[in-house]
Amino acid sequence: MQPFEYLAPTTLAEARELLKTPASGETRILAGGTDLIVQMRGGARQPARVLDIKWLPESQRLQLDTDAIYIGAGVPAAVLCEHPELRTEYPGVVEAIELIGSMQVQGRATAVGNLCNASPAADSVPALFAAGAAARVVGAAGERWVPVEDIPTGPGKTSLAADEFVIELKLPRMPARAADAYQRFTPRAEMDIAVVGVGICLSLDNAGLVTAARAAICAVAPTVLLAPEVAEVLVGTRCDAAVLEEAGARASAMGNPLTDKRGTSTFRRHIAGVLTQRVAGVAYQRASQPGVAA
Amino acid sequence: MSKYHVTTTVNGQSVEFLCTPTQALSEVLREELDMIGTKEGCTTGDCGACSVLLDGRLVCACLVLGTEAEGRSIETIEGVAQPHQMHPLQTKFLEHAALQCGVCTPGYIVAAKALLEVNPDPSEEEVRYWLAGNLCRCTGYDKIVRAVLDAAAEMRGAAQ
Ligand SMILES: Cc1cc2nc3c(=O)[nH]c(=O)nc-3n(C[C@H](O)[C@H](O)[C@H](O)COP(=O)(O)OP(=O)(O)OC[C@H]3O[C@@H](n4cnc5c(N)ncnc54)[C@H](O)[C@@H]3O)c2cc1C
Ligand code: FES
Ligand code: FES
Repeated sequence: MQPFEYLAPTTLAEARELLKTPASGETRILAGGTDLIVQMRGGARQPARVLDIKWLPESQRLQLDTDAIYIGAGVPAAVLCEHPELRTEYPGVVEAIELIGSMQVQGRATAVGNLCNASPAADSVPALFAAGAAARVVGAAGERWVPVEDIPTGPGKTSLAADEFVIELKLPRMPARAADAYQRFTPRAEMDIAVVGVGICLSLDNAGLVTAARAAICAVAPTVLLAPEVAEVLVGTRCDAAVLEEAGARASAMGNPLTDKRGTSTFRRHIAGVLTQRVAGVAYQRASQPGVAA
Repeated sequence: MSKYHVTTTVNGQSVEFLCTPTQALSEVLREELDMIGTKEGCTTGDCGACSVLLDGRLVCACLVLGTEAEGRSIETIEGVAQPHQMHPLQTKFLEHAALQCGVCTPGYIVAAKALLEVNPDPSEEEVRYWLAGNLCRCTGYDKIVRAVLDAAAEMRGAAQ
């Protein structure tokens, strides 16, 4: 590993000051390190400075407020998965986060790290896109809220400026008849990378018709894709078989999936369709039975 | 390379060490603190041989920087046995011959102990999922799973 300077600010103001001071090379943000430390050891990333955000109190916040749910950038997956109310409200986001790595990885990996690592196959990212999450971006100049789908721009690349980082995520409170779901396909049951993953979030009216839908797919393009063309098919329906089939067909047509050792492009398109049908079905089922997280 | 001074707690004892920024916690334990029970297999988070608890959470020590240990509490395999008394997991690993070369064993014991603390009565499936982040190239896993289930049963018996 290339030598670097380890920075551990304990206030946001201090973090901003550090990001303003010129460095001899790149500054990388350290959250759980389950991507970054591997990348630094392998030489893929050689930052001059590593700024550990976990000492910032804001990064440790996990709060269900009346207006929104806040998830700090330092909260590990294991803590998120142990939170019963979060699981009840966002079963899809939690089941996606739960799929990341082993118990050991869960002890460190963060949702924001999964987002900012910008892997096309990141598991929690389709669920976060579908949830309509926003990221609070803090930089040397100030701060702003950014929709999560605007963060990844390509494999390993984000829209964040060199002096910016994400301090927390905000998820809207789930309306009464609404729910989300996430599923991925992997050759192995555990410790594998998604061949394709699909996240869907649905809101229903009292008659059981979908009033709002968001969908996102991973591993079919250089970034996770928001899928409005899939979501719009679901709106105004009860997600019956014909509707799901059309949604699946649209998902299969998306992106430009690669052929690699995990599957061919054709296989990925097929799986995107199958998963979209299943995940929409699960989200619909959950939304019709509020409070029952299956 | 400049060194960082870190004060931390390892197995309940206050410890100070100097480390470079690039040294992982697994390297610090093994090279600076002479605690070689924690093993390094892959250094990519895949094998779990480096499993330790950091503030009570199971983590891969190869994916934690030594500098991150400041003010935290670390538990390693060296803290599992009592003086002159092995932990039931250790006894059962021996009884079931759940190890051959033994390189993976400290990681398995640390991970399994963490499981039994949150779930004293796991199913076989739960044991297999929890231990999915630990790799063993020798035993074929079955004996490890049986040793963990047997240790859990014994510990439940002892707790009654
Ligand atoms: C054995 C193993 C199995 C894995 N399995 C999976 C899996 O099944 N599914 C999956 O999706 N991933 C998997 N991963 C990858 C990884 O665990 C996840 O991507 C994880 O969510 C990364 O989070 P982190 O907190 O560890 O990020 P870090 O490694 O700390 O950071 C990742 C990247 O994001 C940047 N970053 C982190 N936080 C911020 C921030 N707050 N602001 C700006 N930039 C930031 C870092 O600079 C770095 O470039 C696995 C990793 C390992 C080692
Ligand atoms: S050495 Fe840490 S997981 Fe293999
Ligand atoms: S006993 Fe040799 S790797 Fe497990």
